Parts: sequence; structure tokens; C-alpha cells
Amino acid sequence: MKLLTCPMNGTRPLSEFIFGGEYREGPNQNTCTDAEWAAYVHNRSGAPGDKKEWWYHSPSGTWFIAERNTLTDKVTRTYLLGPNNNNSSQAQEKSK
Amino acid sequence: MPLRLLKFAVSKEHPAPRFFKSHEAPKKSYDVVIIGGGGHGLAAAYYLAKDHGITNVAVLEKGYIGGGNTGRNTTIVRSNYLTPEGVNFYDASVKIYEGLSEELDLNLFYSTRGHFTLAHTESAMRTMRWRAEVNKHVGVESRVVGPDEIAKACPQLDLSCSGQAPILGALYHAPGSVARHDGVAWGYARGADRLGAEIHQNTEVLAIDVKNGKVCGVKTNKGYIETKQVLCAVAGFTPRITEMVDLQTPIVIHPLQACVTEPMKPWLDTILVSGSLHVYVSQSSRGELVMGSSLDPYEVHSTRSTLDFVEGLTSHMLDMFPFLSNVKVVRQWAGMADMTPDFAPIMGKTPIEGFYLDAGWGTWGFKATPISGKTMAQTIANDSAPDLIHSFRLSRFEDYELTGEKGAASVGH
Repeated sequence: MKLLTCPMNGTRPLSEFIFGGEYREGPNQNTCTDAEWAAYVHNRSGAPGDKKEWWYHSPSGTWFIAERNTLTDKVTRTYLLGPNNNNSSQAQEKSK
Repeated sequence: MPLRLLKFAVSKEHPAPRFFKSHEAPKKSYDVVIIGGGGHGLAAAYYLAKDHGITNVAVLEKGYIGGGNTGRNTTIVRSNYLTPEGVNFYDASVKIYEGLSEELDLNLFYSTRGHFTLAHTESAMRTMRWRAEVNKHVGVESRVVGPDEIAKACPQLDLSCSGQAPILGALYHAPGSVARHDGVAWGYARGADRLGAEIHQNTEVLAIDVKNGKVCGVKTNKGYIETKQVLCAVAGFTPRITEMVDLQTPIVIHPLQACVTEPMKPWLDTILVSGSLHVYVSQSSRGELVMGSSLDPYEVHSTRSTLDFVEGLTSHMLDMFPFLSNVKVVRQWAGMADMTPDFAPIMGKTPIEGFYLDAGWGTWGFKATPISGKTMAQTIANDSAPDLIHSFRLSRFEDYELTGEKGAASVGH
């Protein structure tokens, strides 16, 4: 069984989690061009590599960030997003 | 083996015919370079030569032909999609498939079985009626049928699905078929080779040379090739190629898994799909049940298999066919699917001159092989995409004109 570490609830089976897509910073909607906005809405960095992603622990309703390599499927750390929490990560690898 | 026959095995006068010539190394330049020797790329090479007389073409394949998603799908061919654009496009593909064995002079085991998309809820019935009406409007044979007709076509099916999800009806699509997928790749390869195109296996593209917004060559592990036109037909690897030319797309890669059972006597004539139970199944000409389910739930660039997948799929298979409980699953595999936000492909020209995309083939690529080859050949030959694939252009996202193709396989709706 694959496992993932929720920053609030610890290590749980992957089936309890929902993938929320890549974490992305949006452009400033007041100043960006239409083309920039459309690119932000639709385009994704689809190539494999280390990514920062949104994950959701469904039973507890917790959204958090996981840093994961999309080629090897290894998670290096998971943490809650926020000014104080960005560095208090819990390094955790998913079971293979 | 009779001696008369055996002598041909050792005689140099009667070498075994090869499907396509092997070449030492690519030439210094080609008119068109096709990246990806799957069904789509090989079909494009074939139609470039056949329809447009363009034969100075190289197909570069980093592994062996048909070894990617062409050889990993569940071989279903159908056109009962939801949008008129999609139905028209896939219908054109079905029509080419129907005569393809003859055209390529190769038995593709193209077998028209009829295709039932089962509905277990009222909302699914509504989608089936919607799809049936769109299909009829475009001239494709689809209609909504009740449980009686499903039971007649497949008496083995438990219509109550173990009481869990009783079947209310289905979308019946008469032209639904299965075919030998590797045969399609090999048939197109032989056709393209005979007409003059070169197929280079074990040839990986490492970089694409773009100057002033125009393609001028590709760097491969077998040297540099000059070319002004490059077709990217590498479903599952598209983001790695588009990254080489700094092209942004909405494509995200999710694995799609499938498996087969041990062979059985023929009993399943039709193709059955259940969106709610996430199952599609048909019986191959070898007697194996070929089964697929839904897309893996998160992005991974890998063809690993998971136990979760087989457990989920087989439990739903048993809801439909309880008598299969002692049948063994003998093989399991995965392919990498180019997923797009509107479940439609991305085909045609790009902002880079001479760089053409045949991508975003998610879970719907195999059935489109002939028509995508034909339309991409047209796009390359005329440097302009035909109307049939206009709604699949990359710029539809910028224009907010998404296609909304919810009839795609493995997509819950």
C-alpha cells in the first residue's frame, strides 16, 4: 500500500488523499495581458521533475503541499502552506 | 518440417521478407522528421507519401515501433463521442479502419463487435440520450437501448451488477470494433517504407534546433538532422518534446493501466463499457478478456503497475460477471497518457514555424490513428490544418474555445 504523510494526521494510506495539481503562482490579474492570463488558466508544466503540488487529506479536510518527483514518484516533504509553516516540513518518503 | 520447405530457411536466395528496411544511420537532411514511431507517426509518414508524394521523410523512434501507447491500449475503435467535432473526427477514423486491412494488405483482425456503454443511473441515461442524439445528427449509428437488448447481446451479464448498480440501459454503438494494435503500427510502417519513408528505431531526439521562430533541425543520438518540418507524435512524452522548443501546453501525464485474463473460449461478443463501474472489457481474438479502468488519479511519468488498479477493476468485473471469480489475470501494464483539460487532442500548427503537434491523445488515441495520420500529413503538406481538426488546435485554449469531449474513455461523467 502506498503511503503519504499528512502534516496534520501523520502517515496515512494514499487512498485517503486527493491530488490537487501543481502549486502555481498566478500573474497579477489587474496588470497581466489576456494571453498571460489564458496561459495561467490552461497551461501546466507537464515535463517530469521535482514539483510542488497540492494534496488533500479527505477524511480531515486538510489541504497541504507535497514536494514530489513526478518521474520517480518519491515525496521529499509535505507541509501546510503558510508564512510560518513553509519550512517546518516533515520529510517523508512514500513507501515503494 | 519437410526438407523442401527447410531449404528456404538456409537459402540466401529466399530471405525472410522484412516489414521495413533497417538503415545504418539517418541521412543529413529530410523534408520532414517525425518524432515517434507509434501508430500516429507511422500513419502520418504513410499518408505524407501516399496522399502528398512527400517521401523524403524520417520517422525517429527512441525504442521500437509500436512499443509505446500504440501497443498498450485496449484496442477499441468507436466514434460515439459527445461533441459533433469529436464524432465527425472519430467517424472518419472508423471509416478508414474498416478498409484498412485491405489497404495495408495486412490482416488487422478488425472485428466489429457492437459497443454498449452501460448506464446505471438516471443522469448517465441522460448523457447516453445526449450522445445518441448527437451521433444520429452526425450520421453515426448509435441509439439508447433498454436492459432487454443488453441481455440479448450479452446473456452472461448480471444486469443488477450484484445488486450494487442495476443497469438501466445503454448507449449502443453498432460500429464499435476491436483490432490488433501492433498490426496497425506494423502495417503503416510497411506501407510508409514501401513508399520511400525511412524508419529509424533506437533513435532518440535530444534537442530541436529553432532559429528565429523556425525549426531548422533536430539533434539525435545518431547525429544532427537538418529539417524544416518536425511532427511531434509522442503521446505520453509530449511535454518533454515541447519543453525542447519552449512551447507551453496544458498537457499533464497520468498513467492509464490495463490487464488481461487467461484465454477462454469465446463468450463475449460485444464490447462493454461502464463509466460508473470504471470498466471496459472485450474479448480478444486470442480469447483473453482485455480490461481497462479509469486513469490513475495523479501525475506520474512512469509505466509502473499497481495492485490498487487490479483490485478495483476486478471487483467491478465481478459485479458484472460473478462467474469469472476463478479466472486469473495474467498480464498487467500501463501507458502514459497525455491528458488535456477538455479530453480532446491537440493537433495542428504551433507558434513555432515548422513544428507540428499530434498530441494530447489521453485515452482516445488508438481509435484515431488513421485519421490523425491523414490530417497531420495534410497539415504538414499544406502548412495549414484541415477543418476536421480545427477544434483541436493548440490555440483553442488561448481563445477559450475548449471542445468539452466528455465521451472519452476512462473519464467519469
